[in-house]
Amino acid sequence: MSNGLLNWFKYASPQSFYPLAGKMIPWFWALAAIFGVVGLYIGFFVAPTDAQQGEGYRIIFLHVPAAWMSMFIYLVMAFWAAIGLIYKTRLSGMMATALAPTGAMFTFLALWTGAFWGKPMWGAWWVWDARLTSELILFFLYVGFIALQAAIDDPRRADKAGAILALVGVVNIPIIYFSVKWWNTLHQGASVSLTKAPSMAQTMLWGMLVCALAFWMYAIAVALMRVRGIILERERNTEWVRQELAR
Amino acid sequence: MIALLKTVVARDLRLAMRRQADIVSALFFFIIVVSLFPLGVGPEAELLRRLASGVLWVAALLATMLSLPRLFADDFRDGTLEQMALCPQPLAVAVFGKTLAHWLSSGLPLTLLAPLIGLQFDLPADAVLTLVIGLAIGTPALSAIGAIGAALTLGLRGGGVLLSLLVLPLYIPVLIFGAGAVEATISGLGAEANLSILAALSLGGLFFAPWATAAALRIALE
Amino acid sequence: MMVWNSFSDFLAMGGYGLYVWGSVGATALLMLAEPIIVARRNSALKTQLQRQFNAERADRGERKARRSQA
Repeated sequence: MSNGLLNWFKYASPQSFYPLAGKMIPWFWALAAIFGVVGLYIGFFVAPTDAQQGEGYRIIFLHVPAAWMSMFIYLVMAFWAAIGLIYKTRLSGMMATALAPTGAMFTFLALWTGAFWGKPMWGAWWVWDARLTSELILFFLYVGFIALQAAIDDPRRADKAGAILALVGVVNIPIIYFSVKWWNTLHQGASVSLTKAPSMAQTMLWGMLVCALAFWMYAIAVALMRVRGIILERERNTEWVRQELAR
Repeated sequence: MIALLKTVVARDLRLAMRRQADIVSALFFFIIVVSLFPLGVGPEAELLRRLASGVLWVAALLATMLSLPRLFADDFRDGTLEQMALCPQPLAVAVFGKTLAHWLSSGLPLTLLAPLIGLQFDLPADAVLTLVIGLAIGTPALSAIGAIGAALTLGLRGGGVLLSLLVLPLYIPVLIFGAGAVEATISGLGAEANLSILAALSLGGLFFAPWATAAALRIALE
Repeated sequence: MMVWNSFSDFLAMGGYGLYVWGSVGATALLMLAEPIIVARRNSALKTQLQRQFNAERADRGERKARRSQA
């Protein structure tokens, strides 16, 4: 038990995590590519045409996984931020910093694909639907996190301040979502909603799940790449970085 | 602890009174922003009545933002904040006091001014009443949440803009329920539900936010 | 099971081509661009650090040589 814990903390040091991450990245790329090909194959060649939305619904195989990942990455980011705040492990804060741009990217993609879905289905690029609006606010939260960290020069302070902001955001996300939903029902009544995809076929669900897995593996791979850069940047004055780069 | 709270509130209020110009300019900012809307969308009374609640609340959010960068900046510069952090009492108590003082010098004047602005937009009397009650119980949440942002951006360059970037998304629930209360009154639905959620947001904000603010201040003080 | 009769059918997406391919294109573009940007930044950082380390090493060597001359 104590041995296992020791191992854990060994990899929590940037010095030993740097080469480990380097070894893991290609595997995650490979997994992302495999899941991506399978997911898109299911989505574009196996899944049947939707009775109501025709072929336009195939955007769902990108839109829903992107939306899932945008929320999931915020949670993971807040998780690492909290760990960094409590246990003072430097690597956790770096992970949170490395995840933020990828999360923002997925949020943007969810909005973009949502707009491209909304145009043919609702007749407008943007609709103040509860989910789209919440996704937009989530995007603002990501932007705030990135901007705050960019404004602070001392990396340790940046980590901690970002951690508090991420945790405040996590507490607020359910409240924001609830209030936006309330606002939406008040103003639009029972309008079209993305939830009412009538009787989702089994293959559709599978396609979405596999695509979400691909996005997940992609997010891990990119975050690991970014965290390696952050480690080098912050540890530039240490002996091990010198040796690592002398090779 | 109560003594500390009283001292902090009294001190901050005294400081605010010495800088009355700040309070007055925030109020005029509020009035000017609100007055710009009829100039932008046209003077039809029907349209303005529909816009009033949203415009007033958005202007109130922006006006409270104005004084936020100053909330901790002066105490940070002259070392008072450090002394507060060294107090045996939790820093959150002092933060709570500063939040209250901020509300008394920004949220409360806005609330008192609101009926006048409501008249500009031809709001019916019961809607004005709801607006005032809503502002009175909603703006404390703005001060409390804003304090977190003020503490996080303490001493950073471009702090003011960054502060609004961080805080405005978190203000959205208050905006929705505050403006929703006025609208519910106008449409005859009754504002009780909106107002009670607004009160819950304020109570929750006043209780939890000072802890986050105190943690953020300690980071800035390191 | 095959849904498409021909390649042009596939491209047309039952009339929704613009929207479907607009989404796919944006997704592909961003998901290719992001790792490339990160990789470029990392390698730029590496070369910068290496240059700095080499300069420092050369500097140290020079000083040592001068000291031994004197």
